[in-house]
Amino acid sequence: MTTFSKKALLTLSALTLSISASFAVMAESVKSVAVTAIVEHPALDSVRDGVLDALHEAGYTEGKNLKWQYQSAQGNTGTAAQIARKFIGDQPDAIVAIATPSAQAAVAGTKRVPIVFSAVTDPVEGQLTPSWEASGTNVTGVSDVLELGKQMELVKQIVPNAKRIGMVFNPGEANSVAVVTALKKILPEYGLTLVEAAAPRSVDVGTAARSLVGKVDVIYTNTDNNVVSAYEALVKVGNDMKIPLIASDTDSVKRGAIAALGVNYRELGQQTGRIVVRILNGEKPGDIKPETSENIQLFVNLAAAEKQGVTLSQELIDSAAEVIR
Amino acid sequence: MFGALEIGLIFSLVALGVFISFRLLRFPDLTVDGSFPLGGAVGALCISNGMDPFLATALAALAGAGAGIITAVLNVHLKIMDLLASILMMIALYSINLRIMGKPNIPLIMEPTVFTILEPSWMIDYIARPVILIVVVLLAKLALDAYFSTRQGLAIRATGSNPRMARAQGINTGAMVILGMAISNGLVGLAGALFAQSQGGADISMGIGTIVIGLAAVIVGESILPSRKLFLVTLAVVLGAIVYRFFIALALNSDFIGLQAQDLNLVTALLVTFALVIPLIKQRMSRRKRV
Repeated sequence: MTTFSKKALLTLSALTLSISASFAVMAESVKSVAVTAIVEHPALDSVRDGVLDALHEAGYTEGKNLKWQYQSAQGNTGTAAQIARKFIGDQPDAIVAIATPSAQAAVAGTKRVPIVFSAVTDPVEGQLTPSWEASGTNVTGVSDVLELGKQMELVKQIVPNAKRIGMVFNPGEANSVAVVTALKKILPEYGLTLVEAAAPRSVDVGTAARSLVGKVDVIYTNTDNNVVSAYEALVKVGNDMKIPLIASDTDSVKRGAIAALGVNYRELGQQTGRIVVRILNGEKPGDIKPETSENIQLFVNLAAAEKQGVTLSQELIDSAAEVIR
Repeated sequence: MFGALEIGLIFSLVALGVFISFRLLRFPDLTVDGSFPLGGAVGALCISNGMDPFLATALAALAGAGAGIITAVLNVHLKIMDLLASILMMIALYSINLRIMGKPNIPLIMEPTVFTILEPSWMIDYIARPVILIVVVLLAKLALDAYFSTRQGLAIRATGSNPRMARAQGINTGAMVILGMAISNGLVGLAGALFAQSQGGADISMGIGTIVIGLAAVIVGESILPSRKLFLVTLAVVLGAIVYRFFIALALNSDFIGLQAQDLNLVTALLVTFALVIPLIKQRMSRRKRV
């Protein structure tokens, strides 16, 4: 054997060794997380970004030791089903399913791949988990359910004389219908009556809001996907007709609602991400109790308050986590 | 890939339904966007109330057929334009479906379904479901082939291809349109019920774009397997639905080309355009050869 070929052989074997070594390192530590969302809008996108925040914090970086996948179904349940099936086929270390339809499609598809749902209002009603206790199955997650009592106290604080409360929502969205049903039960305690305005499509939001003019003293919105997508239409009616708008997600305050005592969806995502990290570290999803948001924050918008004819008390402004001027 | 096969098989029932209305009857029928979730709604409601899943699925198909009959009656007896009649029925069904379900979403994750009952315990569920569906789709296809060769079936086909001639032969064309639309939407309702059972529940939004998928499947099928024989045409339609789903799976898997789920509608449009253009190209090629 000539020296040349010997050298070549040596290099080659060294190369093979290093390649196989690097493969071994990769196989040891690369974790894969696949995120499926029913639709893209600011709140749901914040959840996704929050999950990634938490993974970064735990030392996972895309391309290095994390394989990150994200797909949105663009509102189509057939596509959501197919995304779920594709992810299940990929066998990632965890699937993060954002919003009810995407979570149902994933849960229906597998009993083995760990699933962490997020931004689902009622996982028990949606049959994702049998109860609010640790499920013993492959499913856990974080709910964005809000205590409606506190929400109504906020409404009374901002508009003390309110008698009639209007709500714009999509009658086709499970989360919103659940909120309306629950509101009807508790409103008498606060001396309020509910006026409903249906917006089956996001283009209907403005029209639905206008139908409330003269019939309500204040408009309250939940995290309805249609309404959040078209919040500006609502803000226009509120500003023109001097009807105070109170939201339940903090992003909408930046877009023109007076106040929201809401889930910060970025933090909800981070909370979801911390559960994902626990699963990546070997915990079983069935041993982790489904959580609700740890962190409810008050956001207020002073410019919006002025336009919608409301003066906020200094006490309220002081208690806000963020004041938009 | 099994996921694409499973969903493709379910949508091949939709495609067969769309084939009957669009191709055999020449009735541009958008009712399917409503009758698909209608089937899901009826099926999910019955199952969640403890009814036998097979009976619930059959009722769902009947409900779909009912919706088809109403659209056809609007057109045949009330003289409303075919496309408009089906749009009216489609939007009416949105409210009707909400009323049926009583809420926008009925989960079936913990309920027995036709799949959990039929699945042999030794088979992995994501393989068993497509196997069950292959049997269902083949049975539906063969039944349609047989039916459309009977006297009555031929009368429906005649009504679509030349109504005046059909009437001259003593065929009651109005009744044939109603019957054909009932079969078409019955198949779509059946598909809706099966979809709800395989995907963990019925949702009010599950009908969006059903017609586009069905039509795309018919057109893709006709281009990959052009034929005039009914036996082959129905086979082509079934294949078209599956091929369409494989294209979507490809779009979902092809991170390297940069395609993502949000590009699906564009992929669909391109696919259908491509399928429509193929015959034209073929025609030009053969003409050149003759010259």
